[in-house]
Amino acid sequence: MIDSILATAAQIVAGSTVRWAGCAPSEEQRIYIANHSSHLDFIVLWSYLPPWLRRRTRPVAARDYWARDVIRRYLAARVFNAVLIDRAASPGTPAGQLGRQAVDQMIEALGDQHSLILFPEGTRGSGDEVAPFRSGLFHLCRAKPQVAVVPVYLENLNRILPKGHLLPVPILSRITFGTPLRLQPDETKDAFLQRARESVRALKAAA
Amino acid sequence: MILLHDVALQRLFGGLVVLLIVATVAGRLIARRARDERALTTVRNLNARINAWWVMCVIFAISVVIGPIGAVVLFALISFLALREFITLIPTRPADHRALLWSFFLITPLQYLLVGIHWYGLFSILIPVYAFLFLALRIAMSGDTTHFLERVSAIQWALMICVYSLSYAPALLGLGIRGHGTPGPTLLLFLVIVVQGSDVLQYIFGKLFGRRKIAPHVSPNKTIEGFVGGVAAATLLGALLWWATPFAIWQAGLQALIIALTGFVGGLVMSAIKRDRGVKDFGTIIAGHGGILDRVDSLTFAAPIFFHVTRFFYGG
Repeated sequence: MIDSILATAAQIVAGSTVRWAGCAPSEEQRIYIANHSSHLDFIVLWSYLPPWLRRRTRPVAARDYWARDVIRRYLAARVFNAVLIDRAASPGTPAGQLGRQAVDQMIEALGDQHSLILFPEGTRGSGDEVAPFRSGLFHLCRAKPQVAVVPVYLENLNRILPKGHLLPVPILSRITFGTPLRLQPDETKDAFLQRARESVRALKAAA
Repeated sequence: MILLHDVALQRLFGGLVVLLIVATVAGRLIARRARDERALTTVRNLNARINAWWVMCVIFAISVVIGPIGAVVLFALISFLALREFITLIPTRPADHRALLWSFFLITPLQYLLVGIHWYGLFSILIPVYAFLFLALRIAMSGDTTHFLERVSAIQWALMICVYSLSYAPALLGLGIRGHGTPGPTLLLFLVIVVQGSDVLQYIFGKLFGRRKIAPHVSPNKTIEGFVGGVAAATLLGALLWWATPFAIWQAGLQALIIALTGFVGGLVMSAIKRDRGVKDFGTIIAGHGGILDRVDSLTFAAPIFFHVTRFFYGG
């Protein structure tokens, strides 16, 4: 109930044109990777998935943002079924260990039927350029090589709600789903991350 | 319940429904006879347009039946959606965010509020004077001066076209005519029928007789034959509707000619904007019609001119 109201609201605000250019909505396990430029990104991407797909797709989000108050904690846990990960190193935790923890959490969250929404840039960018991807995506794919990685390009969401603003301007946006890719057996980390990033950027040019 | 009393309005609507029924039947017949793929695409496009016309006609009828408020709210909504499509196409920067919030959520509703209470003295200057200066101030205050003049002008233009100009259509509802009271709904319907009829007639004449392009670099589908035939037919259509208006038959024809010509120019100017931004349509909201702004592009030029010409010569 709350999830469909929220999804409709997100769709009204974002007014997206959705193109499944490289694949169709499917029950197969996937990791949707998208560019990140606005707080709206995951809610809007999630809202434009068909309802049956929405229920089995879990957004990966930052704990420091989504655990900040009661409403956000409720939404993250009950509505989005989000996977909250720590990104800021708390004192005494080495960064590497934090990364491993996050990857373990994502592997567990995938289980054998869920899909994930992931922003591999790790943080919001300006919207002009897609930043280099963090290595978590590679480790996740190495542990789950059968899961398809679907590149997604989100356009104009940073114009609807730029960094540092609270109220959205109703500009029309666009969501493009690209062709799924998978980690090749002998592919290096850098090559894979570069290939994944290019697959997202290519959708911008095509859009 | 204005529709129950106004005989002229009933006849106009009745005529419109008959016209749509004829168009629908004709569209189905042509679709059955279409053989090759190209003809089929044209016919599908035509039928999608006719279907969308039904929807628009029903929405328009409901809003007129509700009374003046209905039409004002309807056009406010159209303006909001058109502004949304326009702003999407212009290159704004994050520093414009506040100026855009003001445009969408304060200036647009305020303009229609003033139109709704018939405050001519203020609605006719709110955007060209106050919003014009305020937007420049607000964007200057943001501190980002990159492409300052382009950004300010584009947002001012968006408001002028999508909100100010369009609001002149429902503003007709408050226009007093010497010796005729306020025949607003019929004036509004006259404007909409002639301007949209002119679009359709230009399209049909262009498809039937179109040879020479009238503006090949701006709007490659517009032809001299379509323009001349469409405008002439729309003028005739307007003249034949004189009985519903406060105008004599030759005056109604002249008004329709002005509406058709300004409407044509509106379509041309909006095509130039689309071409510059590298898109075919402003949006995808109406199947077969593109965006809202693609449907009302001619109205944005025709409405303010029709309003002021009528006010100047017949206002009372």
